[in-house]
Amino acid sequence: MVDRILGRGRDATAEAAEAADAVTAALTDPKQITWARVQLARNLRRPRILDLVGAMAEEFVELHGDRLFGDDEAVVTGLARIGDRRVVVVGQQKGADTEENIRRNFGMPHPEGYRKAMRIMELAERFGLPIVTFVDVPGAHPGPESEERGIAEAIARSIGLMSRLRTPIVVVITGEGGSGGALAIAVGDVVVALENAVYSVISPEGCASILWRTSDEAPTAALAMRMTAPEQQALGVIDIVVPEPGAGAHTDHAETARRLKAVIVEQLDALARVSLDDLVEARYRRFRGFGAFREVDATPPPPPERPGLADRLRNLLDPGRWSGISSIPAGRADREPPARDEV
Amino acid sequence: MPPVPRTRLEGWSDVPIKLPSFRPRRDAYPPDLWTKCPSCGEMLFNKQLDKVLRVCPSCGHHFRLSAAARLDLVLDHGSFAERDGGLESEDPLGFVDQKGYPDRIAAAQLATGMRDAAVWGTGLVDGRPVAICVMDFGFMGGSMGAVVGEKVTRATEHALAERIPLIVVSASGGARMQEGTLSLMQLAKTVSALERLRAAGVPFVSILTDPTTGGVFASYAVLGDVNIAEPNALIGFAGARVSAGTIAQELPPGFQRSEFLYEHGFLDLVVHRSALRDEVVGLLRYLVARPQPVVEVIEGEPLALPNFRPFSFLTNLAERVLPPESAPAAPPNGNGAGPGTPPTPTPSTSGPRESSTSPPAEEAPRG
Repeated sequence: MVDRILGRGRDATAEAAEAADAVTAALTDPKQITWARVQLARNLRRPRILDLVGAMAEEFVELHGDRLFGDDEAVVTGLARIGDRRVVVVGQQKGADTEENIRRNFGMPHPEGYRKAMRIMELAERFGLPIVTFVDVPGAHPGPESEERGIAEAIARSIGLMSRLRTPIVVVITGEGGSGGALAIAVGDVVVALENAVYSVISPEGCASILWRTSDEAPTAALAMRMTAPEQQALGVIDIVVPEPGAGAHTDHAETARRLKAVIVEQLDALARVSLDDLVEARYRRFRGFGAFREVDATPPPPPERPGLADRLRNLLDPGRWSGISSIPAGRADREPPARDEV
Repeated sequence: MPPVPRTRLEGWSDVPIKLPSFRPRRDAYPPDLWTKCPSCGEMLFNKQLDKVLRVCPSCGHHFRLSAAARLDLVLDHGSFAERDGGLESEDPLGFVDQKGYPDRIAAAQLATGMRDAAVWGTGLVDGRPVAICVMDFGFMGGSMGAVVGEKVTRATEHALAERIPLIVVSASGGARMQEGTLSLMQLAKTVSALERLRAAGVPFVSILTDPTTGGVFASYAVLGDVNIAEPNALIGFAGARVSAGTIAQELPPGFQRSEFLYEHGFLDLVVHRSALRDEVVGLLRYLVARPQPVVEVIEGEPLALPNFRPFSFLTNLAERVLPPESAPAAPPNGNGAGPGTPPTPTPSTSGPRESSTSPPAEEAPRG
C-alpha cells in the first residue's frame, strides 16, 4: 500500500512487465527460439559420446584405426555394455578444450574416421551386436586431405553399409546433425534425438550465405530449414525426442545420459524382437519413403519461350538491343558456378 | 546523310523515328548466337558449338550439356522412352528465402522446360537396353530434392528388376536446401537402392560431368562400378568457399577437378566427350548383369515346354527325347548289344528284335 502511494510499486511492476514482455518476445519469436536451440546444440560443454557412454555403460573398450590409413580421433568407436546388453558404439567426438579440439579436429571426421566406423559396424554385424551411434558433427572435414582420400566415397559407402547391415541400429543425435557427415552414421532403424539437437542438410550459415548472400541471416535460414529436433520429428526424419534436463544437456551430463539410456535400452529390446530380414527391409522402406513429391499428368510442361519470327524481327529492328549489352557474354548467365556449399 | 533529322524536318511525325542500323557495335554480340569460351576466350558460334558436342574446338573446354543433349549423346538415336515424367516437387517445409520455393520451381520449369533437375527412362546403348537417369544443371543448379532422388531410385529399381545396366549422368551442386533434411535423406534413399543393385550383380556406370559436388557426389555419383568423368569437370565434396571458410588453407591448383580425382584413385576414366559413348558401349560389353540363380524356373521349364522345338529338333532328340526313352530301352540294350550301340541306327533297330525274346514287358510299347 505504501509502495503504491509512493509510486514505487507501479514502476517496479511496469519494469517487470517490460522485462517479461522482452522475455516472452524472445520466447515467442520462432527465429529466436530456433537460433537458441542451434546455440545449445553447439554448446561447448554439451555431453559428447565419451561422456554419455561413460555414464550409461558399465564397461567400454575403445577400438582404433581404419586398417587403411590411420586413426581419426574425431570418430570414437568401441564395444560397450549398456544395461547388460553388449553393443557397438560409434560416434563423433568434439573436444572439450582447444588442445583436445585440435587433436579431434573439432569433431569433423576425415575419411579414415568413417572407414573406421564402417570397419567396426561390420564387426558388429559379424558378431551379432546391435549398433548405437551418437551423432554430433558440424560436417565432415572439408579440406584438401579429405578430398584426396575420398571423403565423399567414405560417406557414400558408410550410408550404403548401414542400409544393409543385418543387425539393429539405434541412432542418437546428441548435438549438431550436420549434413552428409552426420548421415554417414545416421542410417538406422530408429532415430532418437535430444531435445536441443539440430539436423540439417547444410549449416545455417552456409545456407544463408548462398540464399541470402550473407551469413548474418543464419537464424533466418535455421528457421526456414526447420532444423530443430521437434520439427524434424514432425517431418518424420526423427522418431523420438528425448527432453533435456534443466536449461539444457550441458547442465547435467549424468541425467542426460540416464534419460538417453532408458530410451536406448527400450529401443534395443524392441528391435531385438524383430527378425533380421524384417529389420533390414523396414529400414530400406523407411529411407526409400522420404521426400515429398506429387505425380502430375506426364505431358511435358510448355517448352521454354522462344521468340517467334515477329519477335525476332522486332528485336533485330531495335537498335537498342545490341547496344544494351556492354560486354561479350561469357557463357550463360544462368549457368553460373554452382552453389557448391550444398552438401 | 543521317536520316533522323530529315524526318523531323518534314514534320509528319513528332516521334523521332530511329531507323534500324544493321551494323552491330564492335564490342557487342547477341548472346544467343555467340558464346565466349571461359577457358581460352575464343568466340564460338553457337550452332557450330552444338555440332561439336559443345566442346571448344580450340582448347577442349567442355561446356555443360542439357539433359536432352546428353541423352542424344549417350543413347542410340530415338531409343529413349521417358518414365515418370510427371513427378514434381512439393514444398514440405514451406521454404521462403528471397522467393518462395514453389516460385523458384515454377521459374526453373519455365526456363528449362523440365519438371525437375533429372529425367529417367529406358533406352538402348548400341542395341543393349539400359536404364538411364540424366541430371540437368540448368534446373536450380541440378540440386537433388525428392524428385531427383526418386527418379534415381526408380531407375535403379527398374535396372534391378529387369537386370539391365544402370547409367546415371550427374551434374549437380548437391542436395537441395529448400527441402531441408528430406533432401539429405535422398542420399540414403538412392544409396540403399544401389546397394541392392550391387548385391544382385547388375552393373552401374556413373558418369560425372561438370559439376558434380556435395550430396550427389557423396552418394550415387561416386558409387559406380565404373566411374567416368569428363575432362576438367569440377567434382568434389565440399565447395571451395566452405573449405576456405572452415580451414583457411590455400587450395592446390586443379583441386577437385577430374584429373585430381583420377590421380587419387576415385575415377576409372577421364574421357573426352566425343569418346564418351564409345567408352560406355565398350564397358557394357564387359559389364553384363550376373545371371540370376533361377532354381525354380529351371525345374519348371521342361514340364512347361513342349518337347518339340522346330529349330532344335536334333538336339532335342539327343538331349531330351533319348534319355527318357532310353530308360525303358536300357534293359534290352544291357541284354544284347551293350552300351556302345545306341548312336548308330542299325543296332538300335536290331536291338528291339533281339530284346523281343528276353523281356516281353518292354516289347509291347515298342511294337
